[in-house]
Amino acid sequence: MADLENSTDDSIIICEDVHKWFDDFHVLRGITTSFERAEKVVICGPSGSGKSTFIRTINRLETHQRGRIIVDGIELSDDLRNIERIRQEVGMVFQQFNLFPHLTVLENITLSPIWVKKTARSQAESEALALLERVGIEEHAHKLPAQISGGQQQRVAIARALAMQPRIMLFDEPTSALDPEMINEVLDVMRELAASGMTMLVVTHEMGFAREVADRIIFMDEGKIVEEAPPAVFFDNPQNERTQLFISQTLQH
Amino acid sequence: MEERESNQAIRPPTASKNILQWLKENLFNTWYNTLLTFLAAGFLYVVLTGILTWAFTEANWGVIPANLQIFLVGAYPRAEIWRIWVVIYTLSVLAGLSAGIWGGLALRLALVIGSLGGGIGIIVAFFPIVPWNRLGLLAGVVLLIGSLFWSRRSKGLRPWVLGGWLLSFPWTMIWLHGFGGLATVFTSSWGGLLLTLILAAVGIVVSFPLGVLLALGRRSSLPTIKWASTAYIETVRGVPLVTILFMAQIMVPIFLPDFRIDKILRAMLGITLFSAAYMAENVRGGLQAIPRGQYEAAHALGLNYPLMMLLIILPQALRSVIPAIVGQFISLFKDTSLVAVIGLLDLLGIAKTVIANPDWLGLQAEVYLFAAVVYFVFSYSMSYISQKIEEALGVA
Repeated sequence: MADLENSTDDSIIICEDVHKWFDDFHVLRGITTSFERAEKVVICGPSGSGKSTFIRTINRLETHQRGRIIVDGIELSDDLRNIERIRQEVGMVFQQFNLFPHLTVLENITLSPIWVKKTARSQAESEALALLERVGIEEHAHKLPAQISGGQQQRVAIARALAMQPRIMLFDEPTSALDPEMINEVLDVMRELAASGMTMLVVTHEMGFAREVADRIIFMDEGKIVEEAPPAVFFDNPQNERTQLFISQTLQH
Repeated sequence: MEERESNQAIRPPTASKNILQWLKENLFNTWYNTLLTFLAAGFLYVVLTGILTWAFTEANWGVIPANLQIFLVGAYPRAEIWRIWVVIYTLSVLAGLSAGIWGGLALRLALVIGSLGGGIGIIVAFFPIVPWNRLGLLAGVVLLIGSLFWSRRSKGLRPWVLGGWLLSFPWTMIWLHGFGGLATVFTSSWGGLLLTLILAAVGIVVSFPLGVLLALGRRSSLPTIKWASTAYIETVRGVPLVTILFMAQIMVPIFLPDFRIDKILRAMLGITLFSAAYMAENVRGGLQAIPRGQYEAAHALGLNYPLMMLLIILPQALRSVIPAIVGQFISLFKDTSLVAVIGLLDLLGIAKTVIANPDWLGLQAEVYLFAAVVYFVFSYSMSYISQKIEEALGVA
């Protein structure tokens, strides 16, 4: 357990030398880190650095081929029951929203509580309406996803993930597919969620959000963690030259 | 010319035109259109007068009512025909109950079936061509509507009605065949439209879930399942239905001499297994159109494979291939006429025996036209129902 010396009892996710290949392409080259309860971590890096792949290994949308990932005390393996348990603990928000287009907003949110958690329909619906109110779109509960804007769809996707009462939320570039004027309405919901004490792993290019909300920023390049530091250190005094280059490029525009 | 175009520009498209204007604009606006119009009118006149003269003066329609019973039920004994009515009434009640309980799509389907039955029922009631039970079909429609209103929104009946539908097929088969005190009617005397409908209904109802399973199997990540599904689909698609039917009739008794499977059951099996392969490919087409993100979102929410498929993937995949699936159903319905080659007398088989009857020699045209109309009515109903389904699902 030498690799885990910096993880504490509060660690909710522990990653130990995680490797992944897509065929011959070595995407993740030994990721070792851990995340604490209620910690907000922003993961950034150039495209192709493996940051999306990395957070997708945490709820096993991607399998890792070497190393260990332990989420809330359960090690990720091929055991389907473990995967299903972890997926109920870990909510995920995607770049392309991925709402179910044949179901209404309300049905999108209640589906999993009703079928996976066996919550009574009436209770699931009242909880879903409360969540919709929290993300500010309760008036669209009975519309289909195609009838609302991208920003609203992404807020529904957040509500849908929250409906399973997860302990961890993964955000995979949640604002990258949005029109500029809709980015803030989604970031506002994420800020509120961060303030409520949720453990959050966010892959994003929104450096303003990172500086304001993150407890720690992880910079990845070529499948490795190049630097991890609190925002103040990360932005004002980056140690690695690749990080310095990345920051100067992203903050220029 | 210019004036007319500017007029069109300001008028809304629904503006009414009188017939003469319409004729002038669409049929006689240039010299060659005028010529075409006259040629087409002349052609239509010749063909239509030919058909109508034949239909009203030369054709001997007496062959239809005289043989109506065997057209409809084959050699099913006259004294036992009430049993078929019991089946029709049972199905009417089930359809009515489903429409009342579920509303929506079930209601639309029941309305189509009801108006079809009602329409034919009215014709039968007013024209003295049916030797028995002239109000039978109308009674079925009354039962359908009655059970519809009686059961409105009684959700408690749902499991009972579902169970009823599940049991309806085996029950129909046993009931028509006879048990206990009922006279036995061997399947060899089932025929006509009755046989056509039984074969088609079983083929459709069984091949659909089978096709879905095969399509999922073909996309499975488990090599054995994937390989077996692919092999099955490709083998069956490479063989004509007639061959499969012959094999079911001739080979099965040779290979399995100890099993005596009923002839109609073997035909059903052949049709169903054949159709399932085509159904699988239709469904697979729909599955391929579903983006990866839908699977990922379902996984991320903790749905397991069966729930993900039933709630997320299949509802989307199937609605996009409704036209292809219904096309498959319609061709299955018409393909049941191939069972004539293995000695079963479906509607078309009966038509052939009627023509061969010395009393009705030389009446091919009348008999085949009648059979064609019956096939058309059912095929078009399916097509119409599929349009209604698409409208209800909002994909039209």
